[in-house]
Amino acid sequence: MGTLLDEIIDWGGGVFGEEHMETLRQCVQCGKCTGGCPSGRITALRTRKLFRMAQEDMREEIFNAPELWYCTTCYTCYERCPKGVKCTDIIRVIRNLAAKEGHMSVPHRKIGVYALKTGHGVPIGPDQMKIREAIGLESQPPTTQKYKEQLEQVQTICKETGFDALIDFDWDKMDLKGAEAKK
Amino acid sequence: MSEEKKEYAYFLGCITPNRYPGIETSAKKVFKEFGIETKEMMGASCCPAPGVFGSFDMYTWLPIAARNLAIAEEMGLEIYVTCNGCYGSLQEADHLLKEHSKLREKVNEILAKVGKEYKGTTKVNHSIVVLHDVVGLDPLKAKVKKPLKGVNVAIHYGCHFLKPREVRGHGSSETPYILEDIVKAIGAKPVEYKDRLMCCGAGGGVRTADTQTSLDWTRQKLVNMIEAGADCVIHPCAFCHLQLDRGQLEMNQAFGTSFNFPVLFALQLVGLAMGFSEKELGLDQQITKMPEKLLK
Repeated sequence: MGTLLDEIIDWGGGVFGEEHMETLRQCVQCGKCTGGCPSGRITALRTRKLFRMAQEDMREEIFNAPELWYCTTCYTCYERCPKGVKCTDIIRVIRNLAAKEGHMSVPHRKIGVYALKTGHGVPIGPDQMKIREAIGLESQPPTTQKYKEQLEQVQTICKETGFDALIDFDWDKMDLKGAEAKK
Repeated sequence: MSEEKKEYAYFLGCITPNRYPGIETSAKKVFKEFGIETKEMMGASCCPAPGVFGSFDMYTWLPIAARNLAIAEEMGLEIYVTCNGCYGSLQEADHLLKEHSKLREKVNEILAKVGKEYKGTTKVNHSIVVLHDVVGLDPLKAKVKKPLKGVNVAIHYGCHFLKPREVRGHGSSETPYILEDIVKAIGAKPVEYKDRLMCCGAGGGVRTADTQTSLDWTRQKLVNMIEAGADCVIHPCAFCHLQLDRGQLEMNQAFGTSFNFPVLFALQLVGLAMGFSEKELGLDQQITKMPEKLLK
């Protein structure tokens, strides 16, 4: 396996193109990303530091850094970076690599469970159906949660890409495997 | 806008139909007044959320987004959305698939397994941009029955409405104008406030993983709006709506505050100015209550 930097460029390059990801090499640690970061005001997120860690091949440190998951993907740093580093996309790619190695929180995996069960990250419940009716809409929108054969398409895609294995999904229980389902 | 009838496929997403259907009804009602018909996208799913599913696995995020785009393509229509997350996700996916032919082949191999194909024949629009650019400000002004004179509006853009600029194409993300134009057209006044362009704090999976931190962030934004003398906040995003509206209940419980600052999706405020009632726009079905000033 190459360095973490190679892996970031390879994984992200498949979606964004390698040139986009190569911008990470251009980071000169000026800190403009961190200076304008709204999350950094109240959390430990320091984008500049994350990028240095990535350049220095600090795999375990970066994958285990809780602050990696405190970016709201607001793109402020992305727009302001004087070196054109595609910050937000790079952060999402690093998260992908962390998730592949099992660094994914239970609440995040639960969002994945909703998607596999209903096709929605935020599904509808009976109370919301009543609200829809009260304002003159159909009780359920015509989406994957309503139509089983449509939902199956999303489930098939997730099986093809291995998303079910990524979040450790149990198709018999339709929930996370093991004790984590209850958390 | 030309006289010909315009139809759009409405990509609902999750939060709009499943949490704040008042947003859905406001879009359908307002657009109908301008001769724009809304068609439902049968079988659409989560967009899926760009900062959440995009953070988990890009290679799952993209084909699910492409499947949604393919549904609109089959309908032969352009899409409109009422959530910045949906806008971010679908427009970014469309952009990437149009730019990278190899990626498109790979995604279409997966879609073939579910009988779908991405062709690149639709366009992803934000409903607010449709109102601003397709309907236009003069026709909007002509439909205002109750000008919102004396109402001070805090504008919250959210993030993915404007950024990344290279994909969105709405000019500067530091000096936006679209919502300001709309607020002025309906007779209200946009107010400046500290950190106006700051994120609501919910995105990227932060709300999901650490609600308390995301609420702390949102609280600061709300305080800034209130201190600037705003009567309400408007935004273009269902997910921001959840964070700003439901978030106030959660904040009051978590921090012992007593927020009740009115939150409206921009087309709900436009709807009020056009003479629709609070009830018709679903504004009586949310956490924050509308003040008399907005309803008279």
